[in-house]
Amino acid sequence: MKSFNTILILATAFLAVFGEAAFPVLRHWLGAQVDVLPGLMVYTALNADIVTVSLLAALGGLWFDALSANPLGVSVLPLFAIGYVIYLERELILRELPFAQFILGAAASAAAPALCVLLLLTGGRDPLLGWGSLWQWLVMTAGGAIATPILFEFFHRCQHALGYQPRTETSFRPDREIRRGRL
Amino acid sequence: MLKRKHYLALGAVVLAALLIFSLPQRATSRLKLAVSSLFLPLFGLLHTAQQLPVAAADTVMPRSALLREIGELRRQNERLNIQLQQAAATAQENDQLRALLGWQRQTPWRLKLANVVMRDPANWWRTVQIDLGSRDGVRENLPVLTTDGLVGRVTSVGLTRSQVVLLGDPYCRVSALVENPAHDVGIITASGPLDTSLVELTYLSGNAVLKPGQNVVTSGEGGIYPRGIPIGQIVDSQTVEYGLYTEARVKLSANLGALEQVWVLFP
Repeated sequence: MKSFNTILILATAFLAVFGEAAFPVLRHWLGAQVDVLPGLMVYTALNADIVTVSLLAALGGLWFDALSANPLGVSVLPLFAIGYVIYLERELILRELPFAQFILGAAASAAAPALCVLLLLTGGRDPLLGWGSLWQWLVMTAGGAIATPILFEFFHRCQHALGYQPRTETSFRPDREIRRGRL
Repeated sequence: MLKRKHYLALGAVVLAALLIFSLPQRATSRLKLAVSSLFLPLFGLLHTAQQLPVAAADTVMPRSALLREIGELRRQNERLNIQLQQAAATAQENDQLRALLGWQRQTPWRLKLANVVMRDPANWWRTVQIDLGSRDGVRENLPVLTTDGLVGRVTSVGLTRSQVVLLGDPYCRVSALVENPAHDVGIITASGPLDTSLVELTYLSGNAVLKPGQNVVTSGEGGIYPRGIPIGQIVDSQTVEYGLYTEARVKLSANLGALEQVWVLFP
């Protein structure tokens, strides 16, 4: 069950990165591409173990950087930082509430690009920044916030449809069955 | 409280990231190409899926429309043939004059068509990937253009795909010449992250006289881009740094937001 969840999360991350690179529809309309990986990390940190969080940060970050002009590995640390912080505090988070998912998704989607750009600047790179970047950051935050509850619902349905469902106990007990006599 | 497993995960991810950061540039590029090659089957599928509606449309297109299109293409072909003959005569005359003056002969452009397969998923870079790679003869720093004008240059090359950095990216600087009487030369640099149709033309001389609508082409300096490739047109200009130099905004000729096919220019 745990490995199924991990595989499902990693497969979703893989397809999400591909979709972001191959379908720039949002970039045409809004001027910025929305990144789904931070929202996916929120789901993973709240519902999976630390190994899955680490795998998603490492593989998701590498896949993203491989298709972008980012130096390889620069997206790994921001994703892991977000996942790790949420994972440590997950007992205190009402993960079933869509509003909580929305807020966490917004926070993660705002933090991930900010940390990534900070790392790029620290590494001496010169990313394309300006006043328009604020708009892009807002679009990424709002897009990630909207995507997070959708991801939760998607995984819930996937697990319901494909995952192992524990058998529920019925209230029937043979020792309490009323046996009818002859009369 | 943090458990031992948490420390291990934290240490493993940080160590892996630091290890990748410390790799030499060449190894990182190879690793990047290896990781990105995982997406090749998906890009293949996407290409096939994109071709399906085109094939379906071709099948249902009426014969009369096809005949009309063939007729139009024939006429266009004849027109282009005449222009080609004129151009060939001009080129011959140009060669003869160059020979008389002892100038180096100009080599004709060799172009290869490429499809744009993906865009950079990060918002802070302006790059695309094309479906030509080292097996097609593509190498780093080859200019990339459309029929409208310059697009950018090749930055990294894989076996079947290459990354192209577009005009407007901080890592795509082009020496450009304004087609005005003074032939002012400047550098095309990035403008803003939102508008892909505008770039900055900077380091023009302080007394440059620029007018909106003047053409900007590659100057041929720098050794990457041949002279005379159209870049765009001047939108407006202003002097900066107390009149030390002039900056202008240039509207690009090529529509970088809707690139589907580009030409790679071989020397």
